[in-house]
Amino acid sequence: MLNILKSLFGGEKQSSRDIARDRLKVVLIHDHANITPEVMEHLREDIIQVISKYMIIDKNDMQVALENDENSVALVANIPVRKMKHFR
Amino acid sequence: MSQVIVVTSGKGGVGKTTTTANIGVGLAMRGKSVVLIDTDTGLRNLDLLLGLENRIMYDLVDVTEGRVPYKKALVRHKKFETLFLLPTSQVKDKSSINPAQLIVLCNELRKEYDYIIIDCPAGIEQGFQTAIAAADTALVVTMPEISAVRDADKIIGELGRADKDNIKLIVNRIRPQMVEKGDMLDMNDINDILSISCIGQVPDDEMVVTATNKGEPVIVSGSSLAGKAYTNIVGRICGEEIPFMEFPKEGFFARLKRAFGM
Ligand SMILES: Nc1ncnc2c1ncn2[C@@H]1O[C@H](COP(=O)(O)OP(=O)(O)OP(=O)(O)O)[C@@H](O)[C@H]1O
Ligand SMILES: [Mg+2]
Repeated sequence: MLNILKSLFGGEKQSSRDIARDRLKVVLIHDHANITPEVMEHLREDIIQVISKYMIIDKNDMQVALENDENSVALVANIPVRKMKHFR
Repeated sequence: MSQVIVVTSGKGGVGKTTTTANIGVGLAMRGKSVVLIDTDTGLRNLDLLLGLENRIMYDLVDVTEGRVPYKKALVRHKKFETLFLLPTSQVKDKSSINPAQLIVLCNELRKEYDYIIIDCPAGIEQGFQTAIAAADTALVVTMPEISAVRDADKIIGELGRADKDNIKLIVNRIRPQMVEKGDMLDMNDINDILSISCIGQVPDDEMVVTATNKGEPVIVSGSSLAGKAYTNIVGRICGEEIPFMEFPKEGFFARLKRAFGM
């Protein structure tokens, strides 16, 4: 009965309290992350080193960034691959 | 052992001065000797909340500049004789105080008083750095609202950088009805988000406003919800284990009425 009523009124909506909680959690991750350009550059170089063991990549076209999704923070990397290295 | 407590917040207007006045009076009501220091230079307010605005002769800058000994600048409370106010200066100029001066002053005060409570200005500028310099404990006041919580987080970070790790949270102006409806963060939410232990939750209460009008902090009458909340905070500061208060729930009929928009 309760569920029928709920679905009638457009399903269970997230309360504004829940929304506030989620937004705060994400914004604080960002505030804390506070990654300086130098740290980001180190991270980039480390990623290149690891990946280069397996494939040849285009360092100039590669992008690495922290991205703010609706309810999470992700490290997003876009790395063009030129050629795979062959392993035996 | 005397204690130096700083009351701080980040965001302005969340209740630092109200908290300072109530805790100060509450400790004095228990017979403790207390000095309240207003460090919000240029924006004198604590005197009004305590009803002491007409008794001020000297201020904090007069003391730190060495023009008068601190005893001369302290204003004794009319009703609670172990409570003293050291008012802030009304002029904000280059001679405002620095952290070292406040540390020296607090070390003097520690010899004579049980509690020294410092009311901090909003923000994270010089005034904040000065206010926290001498503190053993920091009370971070916030409101159940995202910007106030975010700013509290910022302040907690700054306190950490200044090696102040005895930090307690006060959530002020909670509206239980809104929490119940799912439209306001409650103490546990904020506790969880900031990972700092709470020392009190204070409801939004009209009595705070009438008390402020009269210059007699709400804790004095003790009958209001906010007054009880501050009384509990004072008890916890004195080391007592006091459970957090339950706010009165909205009754069934009130809820029904609201559901039908009556
Ligand atoms: N629990 C409460 N219920 C109702 N009103 C409150 C409560 N706490 C504070 N207020 C009101 O909120 C206003 C701001 O409070 P207060 O001056 O203590 O904040 P503050 O943090 O010291 O501000 P500032 O950053 O300007 O120094 C005042 O008008 C005060 O009466
Ligand atoms: Mg204030």
